[in-house]
Amino acid sequence: MKKLLLGCLFIFIITSIKAQDYFPTNTSVKTINNSITVFTNATIHTDPSNFITNGTLIIQNEKIISVGKNLDIPKNAIVIDLNGKHIYPSFIDLYSNFGIAKSKRPSSSSRRPQYDATRKGYYWNDHILTDQRGFEDYKFDAKKAKELHAAGFGVVSSHQRDGIMRGTGIIAALTPNNGVLETDATQHLSFSKSVKSRQGYPYSVMGSMALIRQAYFDADWYAGGHSKTKDLALEALNSNKSLPIIFEGNSLDNTLRAAKIGKEFGLTYTIKGSGFEYEAIEEIKASGANFIVPINFPKPYDVSNPEMAALLNLQDMRQWNQAPSNLKVLAENDVQFALTTADLKSIKSFKSNLLKAIEYGLDKEKALAALTTVPAEILGKSNEIGSLKSGSYANFLITSDEIFEKKTILYENWVQGAKNVITNKELVDIRGNYELALDGKKYTLNISGELSKLKSELKLDSLKIASSINYKDGWINLLFNPLNESKTEFVRLTAAAPDNSALKGEGTLANGSATSWTATKIDGNKDKKKDSKKSQESPIVKPLTYPNVAYGFTNKPTQQTTLYKNATVWTNESEGILQNTDVLVKDGKISKIGQGLKASGATVVDATGKHLTSGVIDEHSHIAASSINEGGHNSTAEVTIEDVIDPDDIGIYRTLSGGVTTIQILHGSANPIGGRSALIKLKWGESANGLLYKDRPKFIKFALGENVKQSRSTTSYRFPQTRMGVEQLYIDYFQRAKEYDALKKSGKPYRKDLELETLAEILNKERFISCHSYVQSEINMLMKVAEKFDFNINTFTHILEGYKVADKMKEHGVGGSTFSDWWAYKYEVNDAIPYNGAIMHSQGVTVAFNSDDGEMIRRLNQEAAKAVKYGGVSEEEAWKFVTLNPAKLLHIDDKVGSVKVGKDADLVLWNGHPMSIYTKAEQTMIEGVVYYDSERDLQLINDVKTERNELINMMLKEKNKGMKTQLPKKKVKELLHCDSLDKQI
Amino acid sequence: MKKLILKISLAFLFVSSQILAQQTPGLTQSESILITGVTAHIGNGTVIENAAIGFDNGKISFVGTAATANQNDFNQVINAEDKHVYPGFIASNTTSGLVEVDAVRASSDIDETGSMLPHIRSIIAYNAESKVTESLRPNGILMGQVTPRGGTISGTSSIVQFDAWNWEDAAMKVDDGIHMNWPSAIRNGRTWMGEESGPTHDKSYNENLTKLKTYFNEARAYLQGDQTPRNLPYESMKGLFDGSQGFFVHAGGVKEITDAVNFCKEMGISRLIIVHGNNAHLVADLLVKNNIPVIIDRSHSLPSHNDEDVNFPYKRAGVLTDLGITVAIGIEGQMERMQSRNLPFYAGTCAAHGMDKEDALKLITSNAAKILGIDDVVGTLEVGKHATLFVSEGDALDMRTNNLSHAFIQGRKLSLETHQTKLWKRYMNKYENQD
Repeated sequence: MKKLLLGCLFIFIITSIKAQDYFPTNTSVKTINNSITVFTNATIHTDPSNFITNGTLIIQNEKIISVGKNLDIPKNAIVIDLNGKHIYPSFIDLYSNFGIAKSKRPSSSSRRPQYDATRKGYYWNDHILTDQRGFEDYKFDAKKAKELHAAGFGVVSSHQRDGIMRGTGIIAALTPNNGVLETDATQHLSFSKSVKSRQGYPYSVMGSMALIRQAYFDADWYAGGHSKTKDLALEALNSNKSLPIIFEGNSLDNTLRAAKIGKEFGLTYTIKGSGFEYEAIEEIKASGANFIVPINFPKPYDVSNPEMAALLNLQDMRQWNQAPSNLKVLAENDVQFALTTADLKSIKSFKSNLLKAIEYGLDKEKALAALTTVPAEILGKSNEIGSLKSGSYANFLITSDEIFEKKTILYENWVQGAKNVITNKELVDIRGNYELALDGKKYTLNISGELSKLKSELKLDSLKIASSINYKDGWINLLFNPLNESKTEFVRLTAAAPDNSALKGEGTLANGSATSWTATKIDGNKDKKKDSKKSQESPIVKPLTYPNVAYGFTNKPTQQTTLYKNATVWTNESEGILQNTDVLVKDGKISKIGQGLKASGATVVDATGKHLTSGVIDEHSHIAASSINEGGHNSTAEVTIEDVIDPDDIGIYRTLSGGVTTIQILHGSANPIGGRSALIKLKWGESANGLLYKDRPKFIKFALGENVKQSRSTTSYRFPQTRMGVEQLYIDYFQRAKEYDALKKSGKPYRKDLELETLAEILNKERFISCHSYVQSEINMLMKVAEKFDFNINTFTHILEGYKVADKMKEHGVGGSTFSDWWAYKYEVNDAIPYNGAIMHSQGVTVAFNSDDGEMIRRLNQEAAKAVKYGGVSEEEAWKFVTLNPAKLLHIDDKVGSVKVGKDADLVLWNGHPMSIYTKAEQTMIEGVVYYDSERDLQLINDVKTERNELINMMLKEKNKGMKTQLPKKKVKELLHCDSLDKQI
Repeated sequence: MKKLILKISLAFLFVSSQILAQQTPGLTQSESILITGVTAHIGNGTVIENAAIGFDNGKISFVGTAATANQNDFNQVINAEDKHVYPGFIASNTTSGLVEVDAVRASSDIDETGSMLPHIRSIIAYNAESKVTESLRPNGILMGQVTPRGGTISGTSSIVQFDAWNWEDAAMKVDDGIHMNWPSAIRNGRTWMGEESGPTHDKSYNENLTKLKTYFNEARAYLQGDQTPRNLPYESMKGLFDGSQGFFVHAGGVKEITDAVNFCKEMGISRLIIVHGNNAHLVADLLVKNNIPVIIDRSHSLPSHNDEDVNFPYKRAGVLTDLGITVAIGIEGQMERMQSRNLPFYAGTCAAHGMDKEDALKLITSNAAKILGIDDVVGTLEVGKHATLFVSEGDALDMRTNNLSHAFIQGRKLSLETHQTKLWKRYMNKYENQD
């Protein structure tokens, strides 16, 4: 493989040199420049970990001939003495859009949804743009190149940032001549749709994930020659298969999601991250992916207005504080990462931000590697770019000092053997403090900033005078409006080629008379002193919590042996409600139930007067997920909520406070066949993966009625628009799934279809349906469809007219997970009654009360009481509506749902009767770990306040620091503006 | 007949529900009634154990202990031992009767087009025969302030009782107040317009305030003149300036509340009521000093901020009460019509989180009556007030025990049946008798 690449490269080089040979010339005689340039006496950093002092670098055309110590210098060479200076390989930006203008959204006034692809002969989804070639959109951008040169970059990998599969990117050296090193060097993916097409699917990240997976499967199947039609997108995907894959993650959650797909398909992704990787460093590390990390650290928020400050989340404030340590954390965990200028508003801030990361502990060697050898390796180009060795491209930087120092000046950025001057290296560094004698007055002058863009601060005694300085080609121009002059006239001073100690030159006073002037350097070390003082102050980084938001754990909580003494225990078993009973929790399980229990080493909780129950289970929830609906198609069995769990959702903690331990996160009700569910335990502080219920049964959401008919949309024409159509859709899909499954089982080749796979699981009774439903006609219909295909509907959720067909439900064997008392929010709930649960229960249907709501979910214990209020269910049975019965419906009642020896210790300690409005959860435990404790909660409320206050003060400090430097700057600008002076000054 | 109804027999009730059209308003009280042996929750913070409450001609005529009541003075005696009697609950800032089914636009009369609509009156759109409002009565909610929504000045509310043939009969206090959505000083960045995400000052806030001032000044000037040509919106604002109408300002933030208070002083508006008041606890001194009450949102809501105490919405009423503010609970929010029946439990939750139970009861009785300006007739069980009250088997603020046996509005006995109980009985009858 490598040989092949090298071979290709060899051909490319030959052709690029020969190009000059065979190009006709009409302006002069034909000349070929093969001159050799030699750089001597430099400290040459050949790669991040090696350097040569007093080294020599020899280049010819665009290549390095040799690099080393005491090299023979060819006679025909031009020699450049770089005594005291440093040479580094120039930087590589893997994630650039250099020279590639972003695709534009075609203007369209249509509000009509688009379901099908626009492109013919390509994939069925317009957002799979694997045939897109960044190269075709590429146009050298001289202005942007100049900015990148100044930031130290020599090579970029650039692509068209449009689409989910985005096709190929180029590798380009930042030079207008023959800059493209490779036309199709990388393949690109993201979760975002193309702006070029209005095709609706996918609407969600989980839809994007499913689409990517399906495209991979389809590409395989296509490669096997099974497709009857031509698909140029799949062909492109197959032919670019071996190229490095760069995936745009952008947020931490999406970064981990990209990594998940990479793992599933055995692909090594390089993922463009968010800069917040430190928040989930364990998973980042375990992903095995490479990362491209932006360094646009969050700016401090303006918190001077308390009400505005109150609106900020602790999470955002913490991220401001913690993000600069991201690279340090990545480096210390040996995560392979490259850096990018992407996300930066201005490339100019690249250096200062990088220096900040170094100040926060990033190792300099790692920093350099992240800009040179790492990206080169990811691109498979280590022999050509990223380090200085014979045969590699002559892409290097000449600097005044070691590269990652604040004072360091970048003089030259050589790209492909061509010089780009950033700062004239002959230029004298005039920065420092001076005493300026002029017109009988003594001013102090401070010159600071970048050599290419100096700042001046002029003072007469302690009074600041607006001034402006310009230093170019060895000439200084200083301009100011002298104090107490009513007129806006200026003193203009000029000096040429200064030496190091004094500035001497000519000038014009405000009155127009000529003068000569001298500014003598004083105390040139002042700045350095300041610098060293600063560096001693190491930045304060707030510790992470699990999750890294308010109410997170400082340390991940652990299992404890706990003994609840003397509680009223609601067993949900034949024992019923036990008085004065002890429950022992050990190794995450309920170990003993009885009286007078003892256990050494156990945390003993006095539960006298309190009630102990199993954790509340919500069959229908939408918290802790970052997408809920994939409504782009009428069936989306291919998507799964497991892909989009949001473990940082504060809703998890809030829900724990209501005694809830297990929830099913269901897909929404946008389509008759929705997505697969996620069954999770509310283990606050765990990762998305850690939240998932172990050995969980498989579920999928179906939906009926107004929502799936899109009856409130004025533009929809998606099938079905009636309940009649809904039935036919199911029959069609199940029939196809049946045929699919038969073909699959026959051993003949088949196109792997994620959607039909899922539906086949239902037919094979390996996956259960939880179906959103309201009116009796549709409830009955779905049961009949299922019976036709020889399976059962597992749960009707909402099921507000379940009471009308409770007998039929019982006969079919389906459970009902309903609202206690919701109705009147849409037409189909006209006949919804709060007695529904009681009636279904009376007919032997397994009944649960669910929330479908991030607020009510934390009061499900009280919702159970409504089964008593409306319909007279006994309290003991009503309590099962929110515990054991949902466990049964979810097929997890072997592990949870009751207080029984051997079951998971998912327990809640209530300070009173668990169904009373006056009762609060004191402890919520999952598998022996206390995730919510009302006492601890009070402490956390205070901790959150304290930390917010600390961070706000840190930001104010930052702002005040800024004020000092920013206000005077504004003043100068105003002055110049008022007098309409040429801005060139 | 009446005594028979007390006996719970599904079959019988099923039959009777077929005979009586349940939502038919009750007959005018013709016989005096005494409820005795009951625990009386007066609504002003006091409880009388083993009490008796008597009423005649629609008015409460006796409040005291059972021992002090003379049963012979009453035509009918209801023995309510172990039961509880409460003044009818009042739903403040509700839209009951203005919308029947949320998602059916045709059934909604809640939000008129335009932004300055003081002249838009909720009372005439109030559907006295709403099935949803009917379902509130069995939980003890017997009155409501029916309020329009939307715009800047949403319109004028009216207070109704929930047992009437039509809006005219339902009205207890017509045009009791004008509701306004105060402009917001802070808004979130419009990322789709290229702004940074996160909170930002709404630069048009001051401009909006100036517009408001101009509008109110013009209204005041108009009302002092000869009022020609007629200006309906300005005319409808008269009550704000003469104190006969409440000015219900829907606002949450410190700046907004403070500005509203100052605005009212400047305009000479004497009866300001803050609705929502999410940050009212931060400006408690100002509110107490100016005697401004707050109608908070349903306690069953989420914290307004990720970092906020997860229980703060539960605690808010108690916090404000402790600071000296008069507080009532409003209904506004998601699915508010049908959620209105949980009003007692919103108060109960406040009692679970720091309030005394009888103080929590005030949030939906006497405080609400005071704030709405109807405390002369309802809000407590006191002699001379409307006999708008109910008897519950247990604590009415807890869903475990809220179970009404009797309810009266102005002395009229209410049916506690609803569209929903009818369906319940209809289908239980199917399962029990038709299989």
